[in-house]
Amino acid sequence: MDEITSLMHGFSVALTPYNLGLMFVGVILGVLIGVLPGLGGANGVAILLPLTFTMNPTSAIIMLSCIYWGALFGGAITSILFNIPGEPWSVATTFDGYPMAQRGRAGEALTAAFTSSFIGALVAVLMITFLAPTVAKFALKFGPKEFFAVYLLTFCSFVGMTKAPPFKTICSMMLGFALAAVGLDTVTGQLRLTFGHMELLKGFDFLIAVIGLFGIGEILLTLEEGLAFKGTEGKINAKIVIETWKQLPKYWKTMIRSSAIGCWMGITPGGATPASFMGYGVAKNMSPNGKNFGNGELEGVIAPEVAAHAAGTAALLPMLTLGIPGSPTAAVLLGGLLVWGLQPGPLLFTEQKDFVWGLIASMYLGNIVGLIVVLTTVPLFAAILRVPFSIVAPVILVICAIGAYTVHSSMFDVWLMLVFGVMGYVFKKLDYPLAPMVLALVLGDRAEDAFRQAMLGSGGDVTTFFSNGLVGSITVLALAMLFWTPVRALVGKIRGVAS
Amino acid sequence: MSQSENEPLEKSAVSTKVMDFVVAVMFFVLGAVVMWDSTRLGAKWGSDGPEAGYFPFYIGTILCAAAIVNAVRAFLGKDIKAPSFVSVSALKMVFSVLLPTIFYVLLIDGVGPIPGLGMYVPSVIFIAAFMVWLGKYKWLMTLTVSISVVVVFFLMFEIWFKVPLPKGPLEAALGLN
Repeated sequence: MDEITSLMHGFSVALTPYNLGLMFVGVILGVLIGVLPGLGGANGVAILLPLTFTMNPTSAIIMLSCIYWGALFGGAITSILFNIPGEPWSVATTFDGYPMAQRGRAGEALTAAFTSSFIGALVAVLMITFLAPTVAKFALKFGPKEFFAVYLLTFCSFVGMTKAPPFKTICSMMLGFALAAVGLDTVTGQLRLTFGHMELLKGFDFLIAVIGLFGIGEILLTLEEGLAFKGTEGKINAKIVIETWKQLPKYWKTMIRSSAIGCWMGITPGGATPASFMGYGVAKNMSPNGKNFGNGELEGVIAPEVAAHAAGTAALLPMLTLGIPGSPTAAVLLGGLLVWGLQPGPLLFTEQKDFVWGLIASMYLGNIVGLIVVLTTVPLFAAILRVPFSIVAPVILVICAIGAYTVHSSMFDVWLMLVFGVMGYVFKKLDYPLAPMVLALVLGDRAEDAFRQAMLGSGGDVTTFFSNGLVGSITVLALAMLFWTPVRALVGKIRGVAS
Repeated sequence: MSQSENEPLEKSAVSTKVMDFVVAVMFFVLGAVVMWDSTRLGAKWGSDGPEAGYFPFYIGTILCAAAIVNAVRAFLGKDIKAPSFVSVSALKMVFSVLLPTIFYVLLIDGVGPIPGLGMYVPSVIFIAAFMVWLGKYKWLMTLTVSISVVVVFFLMFEIWFKVPLPKGPLEAALGLN
């Protein structure tokens, strides 16, 4: 039980008054980010990342990951009270959450949503605690070709698993890789795709892309949909909380199913959003009350929330063990690790024990803090949503501009953010998914290095990716994910003809 | 919800089909540029392993190929959810925020020989302009909100986290540099 000892050590790292304070600050900022339109988990963390450059890495990651938990919690508030998903992963929560609120059961829905989020996260953290060290130990055996095969698997799963048209997913992914290639090539020292512009020497920072794509783009989209928020009152008191908690154990089957879906979707780069839809869909099919889903069924709030939060948390497992983030927000956290001078990947578990186990311990504590904060402060955050858009919008734009500037203290980045903003707006409307682009931008250089080294090792022979059982099976799995959609369609057709 | 019911009646500024096609063509051009630059650097197998353009060349190739498929799909009108990409009124709304934001960044950065005003003064102007113009607030309320928000930012960045933001003549006059 090495994990338990390590975890206890982690608690001793995380449980200082300073770190606990940061957890509260992080969760409150996170809920705020989750509630406000245009500030999501990914770009909220991106904007606040520069503030942590001077902190020690463990405290910094504790605060940033707590912002992420807060954003996961916060999305549910707007979904239930205003029928506006504050985050994409809380869309499925609106289906039953809002009808409940309309019937005056908002407190119940909110309590159920928060508690389910907490349970989902807890399951995922338990999984990380016991699985991550094993995965990391296993990944220590990986060489460049295995790593490239894992990158390939990550990107191929995107094509196979997102709902967006596959060729659009490929386009936005390749755009990310192309942007990542811009600048100085570290191996040959040559300048790529800079066309004589000195500003492009260092390449594109993905933090700027995240702030533009998700921040500015989102604001522009929100504007189109109109500015008024019409919501119901959300009151929570101890009596409602206890009454709701009494009902929750009934739904243990739904919770287990949704946790499993969430953990799986979080590790593979499906992410929290599809997990929440899948959790909802499965619960609807399996529940005896399935027909009543959509009319304000408590189970319809529990299912997507457990899945979303489990997925959001589980996304940190591949980030910590392999250096491959499972979601855009995990990608931003990975960017943070690099800035603090830590090399994400399997060695982290042997070389940076304090950091890793401090982070894992803070996941337990951060979610407890999160649950307490959201249960006690819902009316406050609901009030923030009543601040008119004509004040909220410019303030968010100012925050984005400051956030983009502080990354490298460069005005060029602020302009770049605006360009990415317009791009995000157009891409969103045309169904080009943004997450693969961000991940490609983050992982581009690392994937290329792995590819080059693998190629060097084999002397340019591509069959090296099939040269042993391990790398071969990862590559085959990757190709299977890539062709998953057409193969499934073909099988469906053949079956249709046969019957 | 009245807005979505009226949507079909609203004039469309540009159709999704056209936009989809144009974006696909732009992706193709970008892919071609990446391929061209990669061949310039050398996309082959050099004496010491893969050259600088080796990996990006493949990226460019895949980008071009995927863009062609998307362009054809757009031309055939596949996966289109709504016929209108953006209605005239929505586009106006978007520009009513985008243009002031560009102006705001110009104020911070300065244009050509005109120096910028730093981060703080333009932020006050930007928030205030929105409040007066879109929110129809009174001046007193506007100034109170915009100035206090920016003062909070100043305290947070310059003093608490010690992250300096660009400053202009006003900060210099107040000795806050």
